[in-house]
Amino acid sequence: MSQTFKIRKGHDIKLVGGAPKTDLGRITASTYAVTPLDFPGITPKLAVKAGTQVKAGDTLFFDKDRPEVKICSPVSGEVAEVKRGAKRKILAVLILADAETTYANHGAFGFSGATREAAAAHFSATGVGAFITSRPYGVAAGMSETPRAIFVNGIQSGPLAGDLAYQLEGKEKSIATALKALKLMTEGTVYVSHDADKAPIEALQSLDATHLTFSGKHPKGLVGTQIAQTAPLNKGEIVWTINAIDLPTIGAAFETGEYRPEYRVVVAGSKVMNVGYATALQGVSLTSFLSDNVHTDNTRLIAGDVLTGTKIEKDDFLSFGRTQLTAIPEGNTTEFFGWVLPGFSKFSTNRAFWSWLFPNREYDLDTNMHGEERAFVVTGEYEKFIPMDIFPQQLLRSILIGDIEKMEQLGIYEVVPEDFALAEVACTSKLPLQEIVRNGLNDLRKEMI
Amino acid sequence: MKFVQNIFDQTRPLVEKDGKRNILYPLHNAIETMAFVPDHTAHSGAHVRDAIDLKRTMVTVIFAMVPALLFGMWNIGRLHFGAFGEESTLLDNVIFGAMKLLPLIIVTYAAGLGVEIYFSWKRNHPVNEGFLVSGLLIPMIMPVDIPLWMVAISTIFAVLIGKEVFGGTGMNLLNPALTARAFAFFAYPTWMSGDKVWINTTSAEGGQLVDGYSGATALGDLATTVGQGMGNPATETVMAQFGPEGTYSLMNAFLGLIPGSIGETSAALILLGGLFLVFKGVGSWRIMVSFFIGGFVMAGIFNAFAVNEFMGINPLHQLMLGGFMFGMVFMATDPVSASQTATGKLIYGFLAGFFGIMIRVFNPAYPEGIMLAILFMNVMAPLIDHYVVEANVKRRTKRLANA
Repeated sequence: MSQTFKIRKGHDIKLVGGAPKTDLGRITASTYAVTPLDFPGITPKLAVKAGTQVKAGDTLFFDKDRPEVKICSPVSGEVAEVKRGAKRKILAVLILADAETTYANHGAFGFSGATREAAAAHFSATGVGAFITSRPYGVAAGMSETPRAIFVNGIQSGPLAGDLAYQLEGKEKSIATALKALKLMTEGTVYVSHDADKAPIEALQSLDATHLTFSGKHPKGLVGTQIAQTAPLNKGEIVWTINAIDLPTIGAAFETGEYRPEYRVVVAGSKVMNVGYATALQGVSLTSFLSDNVHTDNTRLIAGDVLTGTKIEKDDFLSFGRTQLTAIPEGNTTEFFGWVLPGFSKFSTNRAFWSWLFPNREYDLDTNMHGEERAFVVTGEYEKFIPMDIFPQQLLRSILIGDIEKMEQLGIYEVVPEDFALAEVACTSKLPLQEIVRNGLNDLRKEMI
Repeated sequence: MKFVQNIFDQTRPLVEKDGKRNILYPLHNAIETMAFVPDHTAHSGAHVRDAIDLKRTMVTVIFAMVPALLFGMWNIGRLHFGAFGEESTLLDNVIFGAMKLLPLIIVTYAAGLGVEIYFSWKRNHPVNEGFLVSGLLIPMIMPVDIPLWMVAISTIFAVLIGKEVFGGTGMNLLNPALTARAFAFFAYPTWMSGDKVWINTTSAEGGQLVDGYSGATALGDLATTVGQGMGNPATETVMAQFGPEGTYSLMNAFLGLIPGSIGETSAALILLGGLFLVFKGVGSWRIMVSFFIGGFVMAGIFNAFAVNEFMGINPLHQLMLGGFMFGMVFMATDPVSASQTATGKLIYGFLAGFFGIMIRVFNPAYPEGIMLAILFMNVMAPLIDHYVVEANVKRRTKRLANA
């Protein structure tokens, strides 16, 4: 049984530089890196030091408070360096890869008569548990938690998002295995979401789960939207979320016992010379790939999409959990009286600029803020982009004043930063909404633990 | 545009932190960011941003006000020459109106921005755009003959007490422009009401006022009928003016060919501005529509149970008089002082319109009930929002209890 939800609130940001199904080959490099900064809510404790020989799937670091949350090495080789920042904060673990990868093998998982504990142990040991995000807080899931439900997100609707069917091609078997593993982890429902506006993905349609179908605008592809439409999260409840694109990695870990985080990464954006899809292991150095395929001069390189992605440099590595690379121009130029002009060619989500006459235009957007930061002035603006039963501005205010009780009352458990990304784009006052929500969740979590 | 940029670049060291003219930094920054949208790029969160900013929002409101403002300018001249029975062309009227209106606008901006810039410098933040609109609203809701110094003091009071003490743009409880008008109304009542101030009657040539000239407003005249009962012969001459042929006929009131505060008279052009704001997504249709309905309901009730001519006036006609339409489109919709939730806006707008007509009719000493009603609802708006938000909280709590 599949239920269809129509998402009317939101906006599809149309950008130039979409990727066709062109294979750009494989991204290879001799150095790899894994950074704790990709895992919100983790206090990293190192399991290796410079010089340690690791196999692919060996733990590099784990969470100090929840040691079962392990982050593993995508390749085998020698730990070249542990990069540290101020106060010895761990910034990245760099690995010099072997020519031939050897894998740490945790054994194939026996599904017959398997218990939750056994599955949890396997998730943890192989490192694929890190792909599961836990709500509230939006942090890596601890295996001792008992989620009320698990949401598998089969929709990619962000700007320049890749074609999920193409990215999952040929991985049907491991997808089914992953779902079997996930089902062991909850007594509740496992949901799988589908995009009604795209061709159905057989590998996901055939899964033994509760299917949800969404049509309409972005953020239909945010799992927060999907949860809000089915059963909003209450205080004290836990829900796990996972992107469908990560299922093959999980499935492989349960089939073979090995950690192989290999993805078909979509490379898109107006600054990309060769748009398309590249195959890559997570953590791979992007230096040579970017210099060959992207105009890196005065360019914003983003791991992820323009809404929620992280800014990377041209000598950075493929971030954990990211299967999209976007390159757009930096907007570090001024514009003469830009706020008065009619703005026929300006991107805006409302009609204050005359570009509303051309709703289907694709924009070559840059990173300019188009104005200075201001206090909250305009009201009713964020609601248009957040299809949830919450009052966004009131929630943000409660976070800003640090009122935990108010935050709870106003529904902070139902949101993670990405749910505010579109509202952040549209914000007239140019306020950092995602950062505010992240800070709020961190404060709340500190208070609760 | 390079040379303009160069001017800013060259003068910036003077006004920066250690510069000699640091107090001018907010002014420098304000003018520079007005001339050039800054080159700031997204540093956290989303990497692309909407082209809209507060400057755009505010300038959209100003565009919406321009028709009513120009009309008001022309109307000043028309009423002035009309009072002396002189013939005047469109150009005469506009020139005369401009000579009266421009000093008001300049004084308001100078006084208000002066305070804003001082606070920006003190608090080390950029000058906010809110006053761009307030500074134009204030002259539009003043009588033409009010002395400039009164406008200056009212403006300073409004910006200081109405806005800056709460923390500046975005934090204020009351609509600053209405605060200025309320201050002037209570501090200088003789200059804000009566029949001397709405039409300029100073004449260089020592001209004679025409026979039967009255400088009163429609509401001022209506107020004289209170306490006289319905159909009293004593009120006949007054009420005749509201007939189809009278000075205050429904058509004249709709078009704005009546005396009143400078920008408030033309319901037609104000409505045009309102439609523009709603279409642009800048003004809240919820507030405007519910405000109109609220006023109409109250006027309808009065009409049904009329005990004097003021109450008995046709509800639609009632709404075209005084500051009702102006308050609906430009005052009640101020996003900061209005309700902030969608449901709250409906309640807020309805009550503001409702009370506006109630105060106007029940207390003829305050012909401008709209101003007081909106200010009152500004104060009540957080309470309305509280209950709307509380309903959401209750829903959530209940869900948790049932889970």
